[in-house]
Amino acid sequence: MRVFNEIAVVTVICIKSIPQRFWASLSTVVAVGLVVTVLLAFLAMAAGFQQTLRGTGAKDMAILMRAGAQAELNSGVSRDQARLIEEAPGVLKGPDGKPLVSPELYVIVDAVKKSALPDDGNMKKAPKSNVTLRGLGPAGIAVRPGLKIVEGRRFTPGTNELMVGRALQKDFVGMNLGDTVKLGNASWVVVGVFELDGSVFESELWADTPVVQDLFHRQNVFQSIRARLTSPDALLALKDYAANDPQLKLDVTTEADYYAQQASRTSDLIQKLGWPLAIAMAFGALAGALNTMYSSVAARAQEIATLRCIGFSGTSSFLGTLAESLVLSLAGGILGALVTWAAFDGLTASTLSGTTFSQIVFTFRLTPAVALQGVILALIVGFVGGFFPAWRAARIPIVEAYGTP
Amino acid sequence: MTGQTLIHLQDVSKRFVKGKDTITIFDHLGLTIPVGDFVAVMGPSGSGKTTLLNLLGGIDQPTEGAITFDGARVDTLTEGQLARWRAHNVGFIFQFYNLMPTLSAARNVELPLLLTSFGRAERRRRVEAALSLVGLAERASHYPREMSGGQQQRVAIARALISDPKLLLCDEPTGDLDRATADEILAMLQLLNREMGKTIVMVTHDPEAAKYARRTLHLDKGRFTERDLVA
Repeated sequence: MRVFNEIAVVTVICIKSIPQRFWASLSTVVAVGLVVTVLLAFLAMAAGFQQTLRGTGAKDMAILMRAGAQAELNSGVSRDQARLIEEAPGVLKGPDGKPLVSPELYVIVDAVKKSALPDDGNMKKAPKSNVTLRGLGPAGIAVRPGLKIVEGRRFTPGTNELMVGRALQKDFVGMNLGDTVKLGNASWVVVGVFELDGSVFESELWADTPVVQDLFHRQNVFQSIRARLTSPDALLALKDYAANDPQLKLDVTTEADYYAQQASRTSDLIQKLGWPLAIAMAFGALAGALNTMYSSVAARAQEIATLRCIGFSGTSSFLGTLAESLVLSLAGGILGALVTWAAFDGLTASTLSGTTFSQIVFTFRLTPAVALQGVILALIVGFVGGFFPAWRAARIPIVEAYGTP
Repeated sequence: MTGQTLIHLQDVSKRFVKGKDTITIFDHLGLTIPVGDFVAVMGPSGSGKTTLLNLLGGIDQPTEGAITFDGARVDTLTEGQLARWRAHNVGFIFQFYNLMPTLSAARNVELPLLLTSFGRAERRRRVEAALSLVGLAERASHYPREMSGGQQQRVAIARALISDPKLLLCDEPTGDLDRATADEILAMLQLLNREMGKTIVMVTHDPEAAKYARRTLHLDKGRFTERDLVA
């Protein structure tokens, strides 16, 4: 109890003296806040991206791609293989008795982001971004039960009609209902806007497979096959089936696992950019914290020496000074989290996926777990920035108590 | 005074090494201070007054010799043991009061009690008594910046007294005060010595202040010049 009292009172003295060094303390708080904001912006981006991709897959949906293909873009599946999968065990059948198997085409096309449109509105001058055009068969919509058409209707098979994902529609130019879009050498009309649980599919354009195959010269070739399973456990039977048929040199996984893997690759990349930048900036903030805390110790040298003279231990001076530094950095951490929340949380952006090479629209997410990482970084800056000044505080000669005020 | 010895310095030497030089402050100094004494220590700057105060208060250790307090050696104690010894036996009064600017008068006075096992209620009772003793009961919630120099020094005296130490060490306690206020403070120290039996050692440059003490020691170049006062 005595030791606790001792430490508590020195901590209170240190913290209550912060206003005496208001500007220096504020600069430390702001510097730490800036570091945390930069880090959290990256982490919120990674979290939002990850959430979008991880929310995409279903555990009872199998995705089949060419053996060794990392993504749909570099996969190739033949029509014959698609037919064989329709007869595979574990595949769910629709109300019409037909297997829910969707061979899908995956094509990268150009589109213009609203943020990239020049002031004069000239689309030709605007830099282009890659977006995904997905060719779907008749079962393509049936295998996705969460699909909601929020504007217009489905595309009509055999026509140049497009359905546009909600996220893509918001972020890109000319994707509204009734707009005509030039993709490749053909013009397409937007006839529907869809939502699919905020998933990555909302960053895509959907059209009829035969039309896409024809206009993009991809006859009889698909990139992937999606098969709705009777249950997640049925994946094993499908895997065995594919492994035992020499015509099916395909990798089989669940859609959930596929997108989780895609998410982790890109979000890892974002985090690998964010952390080094934040750590480099943290060294700057650390210099500020050290300066503030050394000033604090110098300003309170006589107070500290007086307490030591009265009988307080050097440990209490050490912990009190460290607590002051931690309070300042914690304030910086909270400030950084609040700024990130105000400026970025819920912000919609799009980025090029490292595996699909197309734009994926996502929303920045400042989750409590992400915010905690920022606060922990702030506390590390505070701990290191306070440790050495606190060490000095603990070793101030007691005779300093006799000095001039 | 009872005649019983409170502090005894025996053959105390104190030397500092500065670069290649060794500076001798005291060379085999002796001093005995009985319980209930009020000693003024005077002397020019650099004569060793502050070093003497540091040795008496357990802030510094002698290079050679022995210091006993109430019959027990203190020069052999570790830093931590000395801190606890100071907390129980010595009250310090400084020239510039050395109050914590962010704490109220009551919280300043309470500081030494935080090193004891007293509960909150007992601490409050003692703080009220100490502030009443120095005539500042109504100023308990005031901060140092809201008080005059004399009032701040009275708070510092209350803080020095709160843990009922046997020894009060005063470093120029009136050096920052006007004459009238200085006399008030000195009269209070005299009262503490005569009525409460506190042993006081006061370093001062002021001959008027020294008159309040029972005796005066003159230090010059690390030696007492009035030999009859030295044991």
